[in-house]
Amino acid sequence: MPELILLNRPHSKTDIFVSFTLLALQGFGGVLAVVQREMVEKKRWMTNEQFIEDWAVAQIMPGPNVINLSLMIGGRYFGLPGALAGLAGMLAAPMVVVLLVAVAFGGVSDQTWAQGALRGMGAVSAGLIAAVGLKLMSALRSNPMGMPVCVVLATASFVGVGVLRWPLAYVLLATGLVACSWAYLQLARQATQASGTP
Amino acid sequence: MNPVLQLSSQDWLSLFNHFASLSLLAVGGAITTAPDMHRFLVDETRWLSEAQFTSSIALAQAAPGPNILFVALMGFNVGLNAGAGLGGGWVSVGLASLGVVVTMLGIMLPSSVLTYTATRWAHQHREKLGIRAFKSGMAPIVIALLLATAWLLTLSHNQPARDWPVYALTALTTLVVWRTQVHMLWLIGLGALLGALGWV
Repeated sequence: MPELILLNRPHSKTDIFVSFTLLALQGFGGVLAVVQREMVEKKRWMTNEQFIEDWAVAQIMPGPNVINLSLMIGGRYFGLPGALAGLAGMLAAPMVVVLLVAVAFGGVSDQTWAQGALRGMGAVSAGLIAAVGLKLMSALRSNPMGMPVCVVLATASFVGVGVLRWPLAYVLLATGLVACSWAYLQLARQATQASGTP
Repeated sequence: MNPVLQLSSQDWLSLFNHFASLSLLAVGGAITTAPDMHRFLVDETRWLSEAQFTSSIALAQAAPGPNILFVALMGFNVGLNAGAGLGGGWVSVGLASLGVVVTMLGIMLPSSVLTYTATRWAHQHREKLGIRAFKSGMAPIVIALLLATAWLLTLSHNQPARDWPVYALTALTTLVVWRTQVHMLWLIGLGALLGALGWV
């Protein structure tokens, strides 16, 4: 059964803008890991379960995942202005930084140490992404499909994308269709059971 | 210094159109459409050099912020090439800014409008069985995709004899972030330091 966790919510559109700016500026090698830690673990705007649901939608929709997520979270609390605040927070300051880095890096890009630093940071950011995946696994416990089915579906998707290197769209379509149909059946069954036993 | 590019307003428009058309195809992140950007910007129009294209992607991934900013860097470089590089003064800065605006608007506008509208609709109907089934069903797959992304990033270093320190650093980071609350910036800094010293 879902336990009651007290959640916070953003105070204002400025809060959204500042929060997303700060977390975007911490996101070396991608922002996802920081988003999960800030939104779920620090600010408590959402639970791990809610995060993974939103992340699924953000990933399925076209466009950059974290940008989609900022649009969704901002829009949920403050409508279109909130969505724009989230989007602007995610992009404005980091864009200035990345352009400055590009200009600065232009001078040192041939140096071995600069290449090495990029390589080291890349290795760390791969680890950050993997850690988010591992953390979110705990959210599967409350999944209506049940843990064994979740593990099978996750393994199939991982093998398809990571080992066989099939195109993402095909793998998503195949495993997603099976998963959503199965989840639908389970939820429908739960619903009839709940209404059958008052 | 590169020879100065001559870009007409027609060219700027086709730059916008190219990114806008890729926007809705970018399921699973804009990086999946990078091959098509390469075909257009490097092979067909020659607005970017091979080195500019590759470094745009690498830099945006290393710098803070969403990886989508590699598109901004491509626009920036196209604009710089249309000016006279970094030495071109304010004309270059202006054209580079124009490049950033044109490419970012193109890649962001269509997908953001669609995402915003669709997720509003989904949120209003979040109690519907279909929506709940979608979210529950996709959860394990999304987790698998995260792990697969990390896996593929790691395997892009494909010489185990030379690259094993990279694997070790990735594994260590995974464990630390999963199990502790250590600030991620420390880990990124450590990675940069170990890399700069040539240890990974």
